[in-house]
Amino acid sequence: MTAMVKAEGVHKSFGAAHILKGIDLEVAPREVFCLIGPSGSGKSTFLRCINHLEKINAGRLSVDGELVGYRQRGDKLYELKDAEVARKRRDIGMVFQRFNLFPHMTALENVMEAPVQVRGEAKAVARARAERLLDRVGLADKAGNYPSQLSGGQQQRVAIARALAMEPKLMLFDEPTSALDPELVGDVLDVMRGLAEDGMTMIVVTHEMGFAREVGDALVFMDDGVVVESGHPRDVLTDPQHERTKSFLSKVL
Amino acid sequence: MSVEIDKPSGPQNAPSAVAQPIAAIPVRHYGRYVSAVIAIALLCAIVYAFAQGKINWGAIPDYFFDDRILEGVGQTMLLTVVSMLIGVVGGIVLAVMRLSKNPVMSSIAWSYIWFFRGTPVLVQLMVWFNLGLVFEYINLGPVYKDYWSSFMTPFLTALLGLGLNEAAYMAEICRAGLLSVDEGQTEASHALGMSHAKTLRRIVIPQAMRVVVPPTGNEVINMLKTTSLVSAVQYYELLRYAQDIGQSSGAPVEMLFLAAAWYLVMTSVLSVGQYYLERYYARGSSRNLPPSPLQRVRVNLLSLGRPKGGMA
Repeated sequence: MTAMVKAEGVHKSFGAAHILKGIDLEVAPREVFCLIGPSGSGKSTFLRCINHLEKINAGRLSVDGELVGYRQRGDKLYELKDAEVARKRRDIGMVFQRFNLFPHMTALENVMEAPVQVRGEAKAVARARAERLLDRVGLADKAGNYPSQLSGGQQQRVAIARALAMEPKLMLFDEPTSALDPELVGDVLDVMRGLAEDGMTMIVVTHEMGFAREVGDALVFMDDGVVVESGHPRDVLTDPQHERTKSFLSKVL
Repeated sequence: MSVEIDKPSGPQNAPSAVAQPIAAIPVRHYGRYVSAVIAIALLCAIVYAFAQGKINWGAIPDYFFDDRILEGVGQTMLLTVVSMLIGVVGGIVLAVMRLSKNPVMSSIAWSYIWFFRGTPVLVQLMVWFNLGLVFEYINLGPVYKDYWSSFMTPFLTALLGLGLNEAAYMAEICRAGLLSVDEGQTEASHALGMSHAKTLRRIVIPQAMRVVVPPTGNEVINMLKTTSLVSAVQYYELLRYAQDIGQSSGAPVEMLFLAAAWYLVMTSVLSVGQYYLERYYARGSSRNLPPSPLQRVRVNLLSLGRPKGGMA
């Protein structure tokens, strides 16, 4: 079985700031893979490299057996054109910390936008799917609302529906609950739990240790651009081996 | 502040509990009355002065719908609309060029803006008119060939002069609009697999419009008034016709008032259009649309001279 995401020695710098210092990891299909670590440890940057929102400087990163951002022919690498990068992104859904819904469109239009514009789907088909997805995230009655008329938790659930509308094979979650009021976090996590049960491959950058322990199949603790510790969430969270992991967990648990 | 509560204990959840309105004597704003009286008196004095002056007001209605004036109004509108179109299209192109990663493109756009914004539009108009000194002929191969002086009609001079100058201003307005859209929007759109062009067209520009429309409305109104400069290159529009009539009819100042009245009519119509355009692009940006002008007038009239709290 090929890995859904495979990283080998991935480096990334912004100018002089060396953010990722050689990341190696593998995410299996249907796996819920949690990334934890202090802020500035590079976990969000790594996530953004996976769908090529950031370009890696060194190493190899592949999704479903294909290199991210490059094509290999013989032993030469060719950079992909923008259109090819966009084509690959269709299969990778992403959910952002700040939701990033399109404010000039209703919830329904947000969910319909990519299938219609990117895949050229008929509006009726896209609308039917969008309604189904909004129902799935519990917001069937909010289809006509603009994002500004929704709470943070509702916005994030619309954002998840929007990403699912492209029927991705991989979902990336970048701290999906960090910008939410505590009482709204549960609704979003419930939707994510449902996705995990349906067998979606998910990479989740999170501070929700409870979610990681219950739903996660694998967990990586990152600090200062390297993977410090990895394993099954239950093991890492209850019995961390490294000092750095221990001190981090003692602060957040 | 202490409030007497003479309810029986307990009904915490009863929403229909009658709230006793506060019976207080409102603050009297005497200053408001005084300043209003002074302002109205001054206004009356100014109106009286103009009515007394040696101006033949009767000449204005006589010529208000004169054929030449209407022709001038039409030309002014035509010039405004077409030069604004050149300005907006040119402005978008320049703004995208300036934000481009290609240094040649962005420097060209920068220089264009530097030149056209840095020289007076009247000078630009006259230069266009006299470019025959540089280009004796205009030669587009088999398509078109003529002397510059007969190619560069007053209308074309006016259009190029006003439109190209406007493009420089519109470029800055469009650039501000594009920059005002949160980067997360572009990222979200790219993450969904949308191309650069689609992202710009479907996601970024509609949101940029909210920032772009109000200053563009200003530009349209400015343009309408700036068209009065093109009489300098022999183009006949509202002001030029009004001045002609003024000279032949012996009422030059009256005709200036007439032109001013027409400009006011046109700018007022444009302002109303701008208002509804803004409302359209504001959708989704706030929970409620702003009140329409009629609602606003009504609210203002009601609140005049009345203290907050609403005791009549």
